[in-house]
Amino acid sequence: MLPLGRAHLWLKLTRSQGIARRYFVVNGFDGALTMLGLIMGFRVSGSSDLAMVLNACLGAAIALGVSGVSSAYVSEAAERRKALNELEEAMAKDLGGSAHGHAARWVPLLIALVNGAAPLFISLFILSPLWLAQAGIILPWPPLLAALGCAFFAVFLLGVFLGRVSGQHWLHSGLQTLLIALITAGLVSLLG
Amino acid sequence: MINVNRLVLDVLKPHHPNALEFACAIAEIGSDCRVQVTVLEVDEKTESLQVVVTGSRLDFERLHETIGQYGGSLHSIDEVEVSNGSQGEA
Repeated sequence: MLPLGRAHLWLKLTRSQGIARRYFVVNGFDGALTMLGLIMGFRVSGSSDLAMVLNACLGAAIALGVSGVSSAYVSEAAERRKALNELEEAMAKDLGGSAHGHAARWVPLLIALVNGAAPLFISLFILSPLWLAQAGIILPWPPLLAALGCAFFAVFLLGVFLGRVSGQHWLHSGLQTLLIALITAGLVSLLG
Repeated sequence: MINVNRLVLDVLKPHHPNALEFACAIAEIGSDCRVQVTVLEVDEKTESLQVVVTGSRLDFERLHETIGQYGGSLHSIDEVEVSNGSQGEA
């Protein structure tokens, strides 16, 4: 069986597709709102040093990614080990070499990667205008404003994704998450 | 040459994969393999199955391995049908 087919079988056996999806949205949302908050904070404080903004945001993005991978791995590995032990007890058999055993070892890693990659890549997308500006590329908007636009767009897309999962209208759920981002931006702007 | 044509097995397996996924996995052991699965008993975490496998030349070792790969446990071989393939070839 191909590696992708195997990963699909393991996720199916452990009924983990829903968990991976939930982690993607929850931590992706965390990443997007953290970047939004940081960039709004820099904007409110009038900071114009792009290198400093970029490094601070990148530091937060890396920390979110590492935190996502490690926390999800530790908790999922414990859950999967417990479920496998219970199943082995019921089957009166060692399932280490079966698809269930492989799933118990690999599914926590897959879920951890999703949990860590979601905030990291969403943050990198939001920071892309800052990179482009630092590389000397002229943007039609000021870099911080463009990054804020990317953050709102990323949050809106997460809402659209949730809408597709739940069967809700994509525009409704997209606007719902966008409203949360606007409220967050509004709260941070009060700092100024 | 002795060919295994039909096997009736008593198998215990976890709830996942379900009976359909389990039967499809077993059917992959041979191109003309037919599989009939009957769920006999359902417990909290496991289910007992009667698995009837038919084909012109069943590979029992591969069948046993597939059952194990999907977390199943072969409890007994309840019926067997074999044929002597060399008679037909002569």
